[in-house]
Amino acid sequence: MIRSDAPVLLEIRDLRASVEDQPILKGVSLTIRAGEIHAVMGRNGSGKSTLSKVLAGHPAYRVTGGSVLYRGEDLLALQPEQRARIGLFLGFQYPIEIPGVSNLEFLRVATNARRQEQGSEELDTFAFEDLVRERLQVVQMDPAFLDRSVNEGFSGGEKKRNEILQMALLEPLVAILDETDSGLDIDALRIVAGGVNQLASADNATLLITHYQRLLDVITPDYVHVMAAGRILRTGGKELALELEESGYDWVDAEIERLESTSAQRITAEVG
Amino acid sequence: MTSAATVGDLVSQPYKYGFVTDIETEKIAKGLSEDVVRLISAKKDEPAFLLDFRLRAYRQWLQMEEPDWAAIGHPPIDYQNIIYYAAPKQQDKKASLDEVDPKLLETFEKLGIPLSEQKRLTNVAVDAVFDSVSIATTYKEKLAEHGVIFCSISEAVKEHAELIERYLGSVVPSNDNYFAALNSAVFSDGSFVFIPKGVACPMDLSTYFRINSGDTGQFERTLIVAEAGASVSYLEGCTAPMFDTNQLHAAVVELVTLEDASIKYSTVQNWYAGDEKGVGGIYNFVTKRGQCRGDRSHISWTQVETGSAITWKYPSCVLQGADSVGEFYSVALTNNRQQADTGSKMIHVGPRTRSTIVSKGISAGHSSNSYRGLVQMGPKAVGARNYSQCDSMLIGDQAAANTYPYIRSQQPDASIEHEASTCRISADQLFYLQSRGIGFEEAVSMMVSGFCRDVFNQLPMEFAAEADKLLALKLEGSVG
Repeated sequence: MIRSDAPVLLEIRDLRASVEDQPILKGVSLTIRAGEIHAVMGRNGSGKSTLSKVLAGHPAYRVTGGSVLYRGEDLLALQPEQRARIGLFLGFQYPIEIPGVSNLEFLRVATNARRQEQGSEELDTFAFEDLVRERLQVVQMDPAFLDRSVNEGFSGGEKKRNEILQMALLEPLVAILDETDSGLDIDALRIVAGGVNQLASADNATLLITHYQRLLDVITPDYVHVMAAGRILRTGGKELALELEESGYDWVDAEIERLESTSAQRITAEVG
Repeated sequence: MTSAATVGDLVSQPYKYGFVTDIETEKIAKGLSEDVVRLISAKKDEPAFLLDFRLRAYRQWLQMEEPDWAAIGHPPIDYQNIIYYAAPKQQDKKASLDEVDPKLLETFEKLGIPLSEQKRLTNVAVDAVFDSVSIATTYKEKLAEHGVIFCSISEAVKEHAELIERYLGSVVPSNDNYFAALNSAVFSDGSFVFIPKGVACPMDLSTYFRINSGDTGQFERTLIVAEAGASVSYLEGCTAPMFDTNQLHAAVVELVTLEDASIKYSTVQNWYAGDEKGVGGIYNFVTKRGQCRGDRSHISWTQVETGSAITWKYPSCVLQGADSVGEFYSVALTNNRQQADTGSKMIHVGPRTRSTIVSKGISAGHSSNSYRGLVQMGPKAVGARNYSQCDSMLIGDQAAANTYPYIRSQQPDASIEHEASTCRISADQLFYLQSRGIGFEEAVSMMVSGFCRDVFNQLPMEFAAEADKLLALKLEGSVG
């Protein structure tokens, strides 16, 4: 839902980042307002997953330029845990298994960390159990998964449901979902997407990172951005995704080539 | 990268117990000889049988060589450069706590072990050992009402000589190994526990060992006997000041259970571990063994080893009685330059004996952590069973973890299971927890305590929380 007067939640300006000194993001700009659903599409290696990790604060990525404001605050200055506490959420493409740590306990500690930041009362074990049982319905998850170790031995679909369950508990303002559709069969996709749709509201925003149109058949984006070689090449409405589905990414290559050569020329010009 | 540095910093919390008590100490001259052995025995006014025991051990020790099979390394120990007896100056053991030097009481209070009547730990009786001597034992009278003997081993030698003569050295013979022989020759104090037939000890018993002097070795001796149908839960804690020299600690613990008796022995070892460069720290060479003599008897070892520069220790069970049960639950954490070679031996002698080994090793910094264990099924151990599980967790990329399981079976109808795993706290796991709002340190401690849960569950309630905190403290600054 686009409302031009809605508050800006996330403002990314000319963001540049490297991993192991290899530049991956080469100037990404994106503004996300409350109530909006954005989709970033692109092929493998386009930098779209890197964008999500940089926003969440993954230590392997180094920001080399640009800025990110989260509700006006310098997001990049914050530790990953602080970003989460103030309402940024990253749904992982490959959720991590943590043997020995109970899923229920993990969810409770995480939820309380967020609540504490919001000035709400911490939930004790009983109050939390009530809450988590209610939120399980968002993703139709079996309560048995609460008693297991975090993601350990979960199937791909169960892991993704567990991600959305976390999102339902943490109630983020900006949820970045990295390839949430990957590895899901059609039923699981419908359940996970249903969860995301239920959680979307006029006060929060969602950034979907995806490869395929099929996620966008079930979650309708307000904006679609096409990413390649570390930049956003085009932005449009939901029809852009359909166009991509039909024509493929070939035009992207031509566009990249054009961009790289102009920047090469520019560099030559500057050096010369 | 935030996590490389920070996880590293996490482990190196300053050692809280590194202070020295300034107290006048009576020490004998450095060095070991037959005269020194006689001197120690004379100081303690011991009966002839014990002097003989010591001298025999000393002569055996002279014939033995320091073992070199463990995965540890250290400069040679100069046994002539150690003081074998040091005691705070106070005449004899005081009948009442009021007469104990307040400095000593204060020391134990600082260590979290209040000995005075009003502040005592509820429902735990404590024997406090300072350098070479026991300074106080709480709740003695109350225990005596149940027929339970809980006192220092020096006292027991005088007051219960027949029990000492019968049981001392009966589980760990004086020539068992190099360090046991040394201990048998020069042991100075320790605790003695006797639970008579049919008595369930009404409270947990505990000994707190404190090394205070810098150049002293501590050689304590603990003996616990549970008669038929008796049971007891015993806890041992240890700390030492920070010195830049290495100190030797060579203890022997013997446990005996008769029919249907059970002993649960828990240790939280937090000797000074040396600094981050490996300077100083305790060399901890310990022989602990229990003998399930009676049918259906039960011995359980639980240890949380976090301190010492070197830990060399294999709490074991000899399962003689039919259907007897041995257990070993261990968490060994090493950081910086610490080295641990620890594990257990389960010797199945009787039929249908059962044993369980659960070992969790956590290595951080540049440390090395080895599990070494033996499961032996004797020819009569029909239907005996063992289950071993050895898990290692690596923190950072400079630490080492090894597992050396030895299995010997002379009984085809015995079953032995061994499982082992190694894991690492990865940057991705930490990031995952952090990205859910969980702080870095809490994330590490969640993973470590999750890893150790099976062992912590075995600790007496009040100590499980302690152990959890201790590990978190020890890991402060180490994950990378």
